[in-house]
Amino acid sequence: MRHIISVMLENESGALSRVSGLFSARGFNIESLTVAATNDPTLSRMTIVSVGDDNIIEQIVKQLEKLIDVVKVVDLTATEHVERELLLVKIDVNPKTQADIDRQIDQFSGKIVDVSEDTYLVEVAGQSKKINEFLDSLDESRVLEVSRTGVTGVCQRREG
Amino acid sequence: MKLNGAQILVDCLKSEGVKHIFGYPGGAVLHIYDALNVCTVIDHILVRHEQGAVHAADGYARTSGKCGVALVTSGPGLTNAVTGIATAFTDSIPMVVVSGQVPSPVIGSDAFQEVDAVGITRSCVKHNFLVKNADDIAEIVKKAFYIATTGRPGPVLIDITKDATIAEIEYEGYPQTIKMRSYQPEVQVDAEQIKKAIAIIEKAKKPIIYSGGGSVIGNASKALTTLTHNTGFPITQTLMGLGAFPATDKQSLGMLGMHGTYESNMAMHDSDCIIAVGARFDDRITGNLEKFCPYAKIIHIDIDPSTIGKVVGVDVSIIGQVNDVLQALIQSLDTKKLENIDSWWKQINDWRSVDSMAYRTKQGVIKPQTVIEALYEVTKGEAIVTSDVGQHQMWAAQYYPFDKPRRWINSGGLGTMGFGLPAAMGAKLADPDRDVACVTGDGSIQMMLQELSTMLQYHTPVKIININNGYLGMVRQWQEFFYDKRYSMSYMDALPDFVKLAESYGHIGIKVEKESDLKPALIEAFKQKDRTVFIDILTDPTENVFPMIPSGAGHHEMLLAGRDEMASTNDSGLNLV
Repeated sequence: MRHIISVMLENESGALSRVSGLFSARGFNIESLTVAATNDPTLSRMTIVSVGDDNIIEQIVKQLEKLIDVVKVVDLTATEHVERELLLVKIDVNPKTQADIDRQIDQFSGKIVDVSEDTYLVEVAGQSKKINEFLDSLDESRVLEVSRTGVTGVCQRREG
Repeated sequence: MKLNGAQILVDCLKSEGVKHIFGYPGGAVLHIYDALNVCTVIDHILVRHEQGAVHAADGYARTSGKCGVALVTSGPGLTNAVTGIATAFTDSIPMVVVSGQVPSPVIGSDAFQEVDAVGITRSCVKHNFLVKNADDIAEIVKKAFYIATTGRPGPVLIDITKDATIAEIEYEGYPQTIKMRSYQPEVQVDAEQIKKAIAIIEKAKKPIIYSGGGSVIGNASKALTTLTHNTGFPITQTLMGLGAFPATDKQSLGMLGMHGTYESNMAMHDSDCIIAVGARFDDRITGNLEKFCPYAKIIHIDIDPSTIGKVVGVDVSIIGQVNDVLQALIQSLDTKKLENIDSWWKQINDWRSVDSMAYRTKQGVIKPQTVIEALYEVTKGEAIVTSDVGQHQMWAAQYYPFDKPRRWINSGGLGTMGFGLPAAMGAKLADPDRDVACVTGDGSIQMMLQELSTMLQYHTPVKIININNGYLGMVRQWQEFFYDKRYSMSYMDALPDFVKLAESYGHIGIKVEKESDLKPALIEAFKQKDRTVFIDILTDPTENVFPMIPSGAGHHEMLLAGRDEMASTNDSGLNLV
């Protein structure tokens, strides 16, 4: 099953490689990983999407908690949470296809952030599922470049 | 007080109570060595190879229970130390390793003797630090010792740039305490879990205690012995756990696992209640997981939550210091409520009567098992025994019954050949009045031979028991069993004359070729209290370690010497290491 694991860790050099090194050394899988500082500049939040059965996810959480730099680990999937991902996609546009593409962007609440003579740069935010669906809806031969941020998320309770 | 970083580091080590440092100088640590040179309370042991320094610090830590300390230079100094660090990590040994680093302005420029020490060691340390400022040294040293010695212990690396050791700053003294929001090793034992465990223990008709290295490292020997005696349960111990419970006690079934006793493994297989104490269900213990302990409810006691459920699922887990958990169990357990286990003991004694440790002697050759038995007799079971890795390690574990913890020092998890000799040196420094024997083989000893020189310089007299069979014996044994006797690269031609070699290092060398000479040679060697003696014993080159659970088999399918033929070229055997 897909899990979103949120890790609060000391904002120190090397902390990211401790986490990514742990995943490769123990053969855990990473679908996406995002990291940035939080409102507390000494803390970073890392959000990892991984796939595995319950035993594997339990091991991932425990091994993360064991890292000395890690302050807190939450399996967001086990709680009420909000997840978001941002997509930037460059699409080939011509007068014949433009109307279709405009409609699709609209349907997925996307935003055109840059336009050139024959391309759109579009941003779409939402759950990964929505981003996958948007990409699937496009004519593959028109997609020039895709960049996704990977998932970030927070738990909905007041105390994360 | 104005001090440079190197002087601050040495003051920190002094304040931690460090008495011995094992190390080797080089460019990046010259300032540190300059500061050490005027320090009178810390003895520095100049090894001959950095791997030896870390193994010696490791042997010192295992023997004394204190934190081992090693000091190496940057680049090759650090890379040579990595095997030792990984060895300590796998066996959860408290250790602080200080390595020099090139000056911070040139980090990343491929400077002379530069390696990314923090990157290289990341996966084999409990934690590591890169220190670029003299101002940070004191706090980081404090953190390093705190992390290395608390919770599940392990090695911590402090990589210090040369400029940080040179810079002069105002030093305010070594911090008294340290608090880390991301590391809180103190755990309260959960009373609910104790209750659940006791409910299982009270119903057990075929209980067994399975104790591991955590009982030794966690200084839980006394509590383990009390619990075992109070319950009357049988106990089996892992290679890492030997000595926590006395091997000569009648409740002890001996070691379990791949080369454990028949009674231990059969009892594990048939048990309905396993109390795992500071043990981690290593693959050498469990054999085939699908066949592992099919009838047992498992209670798992460990300080490290990540060991719970890592290999096998358990029914009750109790997180905490092994000693605290055992005390809680002892206090909560009403022994009158326990089931009668007489029929279980009767069954166990039937298995015992198989005498799985029996071996056949042969006229004209010395059996390696006989060597260990003689060593036990001559040292009256009171020596500290270090070992290298291979057949001799298993024979030492099988035929030298350890009655006390911290007497059996071996690289159990990583299986590092070359560990034994420097570890013996560290053990002797930690406990100078006790006899120290290093049981080794002709393969292993040649991996760290150079430390014979260190042992002369620092006067650490140990007795080296070289089980010399001319083979890399464990490799040869597996090739005999699983590779149709194709002995690829397991024969060592052109061995040195170990007697002359020992003599050239200033030690005593004795060669033993006849069994009748064995005991007199050992007696003579141990009489030489102040000398290191190398006893080179030619043993049966064809002897194998039995009993054995072949790879892929379950505990109940173990093979006994003389009774079973080992299946050769067994497919499941080939798949495992």
